[in-house]
Amino acid sequence: MTKRADQPVIDPFEAALSVRDVKGRSPWEDAWNRLLKNRAAVYSAYIMAFIFMLVVLGPMLISWEPDFTDWDHTYSPPSLQSGHWFGTDAVGRDILVRTLEGGRISLMVGLVATIVSLLIGVSYGAIAGYFGGAADRIMMRVVDIIYALPFMFFLILLMVVFGRHILLIFIAIGAVNWLDMARIVRGQTLSLKNAEFIEAAKACGVSDWAIIRRHIIPNLMGVVIVYVTLTIPQVILIESFLSFLGLGVQEPMSSWGALVSDGAQDMESAPWMLIVPALFLTVTLYCFNYIGDGLRDALDPKDRP
Amino acid sequence: MIRDSGMARHSLRRLLGLLPTLLMLITVAFFLIRIAPGGPFDSERVLSAEVEANLEAKYHLDEPLIQQYFRYLGQIVVLDFGPSFQYQDWTVNELIAQSFPVSFTIGVLAMVLAFVMGTMLGIASALKQNTRVDYSLMGFAMLGISVPNFVIAPILILLLAVYAGWLPAGGWDWGFASMVLPVVTLALPVTAYIARLTRGSMIEVLHSNFIRTARAKGLPESLVIRRHALRPALLPVISFLGPATAGMISGSVVIERIFSVPGMGSYFIQGALNRDYTLVMGIVIVYGVLILVLNFLVDLIYAWLNPKIRYDEKS
Repeated sequence: MTKRADQPVIDPFEAALSVRDVKGRSPWEDAWNRLLKNRAAVYSAYIMAFIFMLVVLGPMLISWEPDFTDWDHTYSPPSLQSGHWFGTDAVGRDILVRTLEGGRISLMVGLVATIVSLLIGVSYGAIAGYFGGAADRIMMRVVDIIYALPFMFFLILLMVVFGRHILLIFIAIGAVNWLDMARIVRGQTLSLKNAEFIEAAKACGVSDWAIIRRHIIPNLMGVVIVYVTLTIPQVILIESFLSFLGLGVQEPMSSWGALVSDGAQDMESAPWMLIVPALFLTVTLYCFNYIGDGLRDALDPKDRP
Repeated sequence: MIRDSGMARHSLRRLLGLLPTLLMLITVAFFLIRIAPGGPFDSERVLSAEVEANLEAKYHLDEPLIQQYFRYLGQIVVLDFGPSFQYQDWTVNELIAQSFPVSFTIGVLAMVLAFVMGTMLGIASALKQNTRVDYSLMGFAMLGISVPNFVIAPILILLLAVYAGWLPAGGWDWGFASMVLPVVTLALPVTAYIARLTRGSMIEVLHSNFIRTARAKGLPESLVIRRHALRPALLPVISFLGPATAGMISGSVVIERIFSVPGMGSYFIQGALNRDYTLVMGIVIVYGVLILVLNFLVDLIYAWLNPKIRYDEKS
């Protein structure tokens, strides 16, 4: 409805129209405004951005190398004098640098494994929901069966069986974590596929794949975005869970879970080894959960007041 | 009467439907652990080829994998999980019989605690919606969800066991004191989740028409809640109990390790690391059956509580 600026306005009626030519608000803008009103989510987003920056830039700014062993300062408590602001571990490695380096792994696992589960879940759910009938029944039955398996145990078995390669961690966690996504996407697709615009697309002779790609999936984005923000902390949690059991990333690599595990062993003599990585991990999970909650309130049409 | 027979038939069908799932669980777990490099008799001490061959023959490890698989299925049918490789002189049945009661006790206690505390906090929060009480309760609930239990556990040990000395830091003697910390840490995240769920559904129910009717006819608020709002508000919580059980079982692996509790989770990790095929399989199967059966029971309870679901002849 916007008018071209170079066109001179001719008659007064049209001039009046152009004054009232208010810019329309898209549903996305509405959602964005609702999100900005949610203070917990906005603060969480700021804190998260800060942690991201720390994790990405921090190790470059701090003069300690993550694997440098400072034998003069083993188990040194947090102090400004020694230069180890958050203390050191048993062999004198700087806790802050190690925590930030571990954060890189934790956040990367969170993002990559979520993308893996996103790809599997969205395509699986969209296909099952769109084609319906027997295909849907069989595909969802498979999801039900996998759902009933104690997947944590399979994850542990996978780690033990195939060794603890970082790539495997990405894929394994993503591969066991797509079920919820598939279910949600299928439900949404079912309700979308009888919509008029899909019928219109069919009437125009658009192929099934193109309909799924161009019309169904873009309309799923709201739900998917919400679910992705809630999956990231879940995945980070699973990875740290594995690392805590000694089945996650291997030395010299580290993650928040592995650091918490190390810290828990020495917590009586050196509590900072536990507290620093635990704080980073917890704050990150907390923020992601709040952002996810905020997004759900903003994007989910069901809960709109 | 019609309703009951329909329900019984439905239950039977559901129970039979669990068998394929169980078979798939066994199959996947069996082949997964078998394709792993390394075997149960790899150790620092190199065994002579003869000894190893004898051992393998004794445990039928020399047969083709598919034959072993069917042999194993045959054993499972008569509930014989075979001998443990790692704990010589023990059968897996004995190990499970010894560790299952421990894990089960912790799990049941934690579940009861989580359900009672979670629903109570959730209802309190819903009744005080958008007040300071509500915000702080939900803030705590979010904390409970976000803080992993392997972070809470060491902190609780440090505070309550090491510094205060009120509770033992670990171990298991079937005494109350040794149960407190494992049960509480296991229950915390589930409590938080249930509290959030209850709050949400309670708020929704309290806005519905039949509650307005109940209030309009002059029922005191406590009766409105207890007699009318509670049951529909608890439905989502009931259906969450299935996934909650699965979550608790995974959580118990970590909890048992931190508090050095001799439960099935500890044995599972040990078994997986040592390629103790039979022990790992036994525990996976027991946990799998447990999750399946509990999910089934949850479905039944849900149907019983929800008047919208009736299994009559037509459906």
